[in-house]
Amino acid sequence: MITLRLNGRALSFPDGITVAVALLQSGQLTFRTSVSGEPRSAVCGMGVCFECRVTIDGKPHSRSCQTLIREGMEIRA
Amino acid sequence: MIVVVGAGPAGIAAALRAQECGARVTVIDDNPSPGGQIWRGESTNTWVERFRNSGIPILAGTRVIAADAAAHTLLLETDENSREIRYEKLILATGSRELFLPFPGWTLPGVFGAGGLQALAKSGLPVSGKRVVIGGTGPLLLAVGAYLRQHGAEVKLIAEQANIQSLAGFAPELLRHPRKVWQGASLQWAIAGVPYRTGCWVESAEGRGRVERVTIRSGRDGFPTSSSWTEDCDYAAIGYGLVPNRELEWSLGENPPDVYIARTGEMEFSFVEGEIAGLTAAGYAERAVLLHPKREKAGAFAAALDTTFTLREELKHLPAPETFVCRCEDVTCERLRPFDSFRAAKLHTRCGMGPCQGRVCEPAASFLFGWPAASDEGRSPRPPVFPARIESLLPVTKG
Repeated sequence: MITLRLNGRALSFPDGITVAVALLQSGQLTFRTSVSGEPRSAVCGMGVCFECRVTIDGKPHSRSCQTLIREGMEIRA
Repeated sequence: MIVVVGAGPAGIAAALRAQECGARVTVIDDNPSPGGQIWRGESTNTWVERFRNSGIPILAGTRVIAADAAAHTLLLETDENSREIRYEKLILATGSRELFLPFPGWTLPGVFGAGGLQALAKSGLPVSGKRVVIGGTGPLLLAVGAYLRQHGAEVKLIAEQANIQSLAGFAPELLRHPRKVWQGASLQWAIAGVPYRTGCWVESAEGRGRVERVTIRSGRDGFPTSSSWTEDCDYAAIGYGLVPNRELEWSLGENPPDVYIARTGEMEFSFVEGEIAGLTAAGYAERAVLLHPKREKAGAFAAALDTTFTLREELKHLPAPETFVCRCEDVTCERLRPFDSFRAAKLHTRCGMGPCQGRVCEPAASFLFGWPAASDEGRSPRPPVFPARIESLLPVTKG
């Protein structure tokens, strides 16, 4: 298991999953707010649409669907 | 050194074939591990395993953000750093993405691509007990339905926009490809009991902050649309076929030297294209020629797929005036309608200027408004072909 922090909350997930999957598993379907204020979630699942952007370890606009979770990762979504 | 961009079926085939010929090969891939979309998360797949055992180095989680055809270099970026790599021969096996068509509610959380939801499931998303409506077009819908069902999802409906007549016309083509009939049969078994309806499509998605139900419209060609109904669901998975990823290819300019392109799409076609590219790049064009009949056969099947699953006119009228077509910049359908090309729309509305760089909205808008395809319009994307960090681009500006 891997422990990371999601919006400040410590959560554990099985190794080998992506950040997007961790968010969805935690029950969070909304990943970001669009430029006009709509909630948005992952769409393409393969790094193309950029809808699943979150902040990972302080780096904004990281594609959660193409990033594997790591121990101690800090995610803001 | 031969550099292969993409580690899906085409990239893996190209890399293995080139190595077989004695070439030194490196593979670059955007995904966290090799396999592309078809073999995503399948570490036990024979080809993925063969690739892993080949010792061919792979730079995974790596994006190509710029290419210099004259200098034979690629600029690479990972989440941590950036670097330049030099190639003697370059093989592009960048695969395809899904075509997404806008409809009211398509931006609601829980509305995924068809391959999109499958990719997430392959990346570890549990779908057990989830009620899913699958829609769009093409054989991928069946594969996605079977996959989700095997993982415990309740697939409520597969809504195929093509009508039954064109699917029936496809049957003879299937018979010419016995292996595919077998695949079809095993798929059918996996989705036995799932309603597969032709000539219908998801017209809208509704819900508060997430998809809760979708409305399906059933139509008959040449007749007014006939009926609609709703389906409650947790997820909708909707994809209208594939769009090749050609941004990197276009950024290299016309006829770049020492560049080989493996066209991709349907899996067997992609694989043989990759084999041909790998052999040719390694200097064994005469061996590549032997694979041409295999490619022709796979290509005929791919062409038959295209004519069977031609998109129907009604889909052009799905978006409401206020429906966003560009999801990055939230540009509505109504704002785009006055323009006659993607370039004009982009300059006036910011459509396509967000982080996806038009990968989603350009093919959608071209279908909706009949705009010329990017290749016809003579557009070549300027670097970076993927959003990049400023510090990664500094070597380019210095050069």
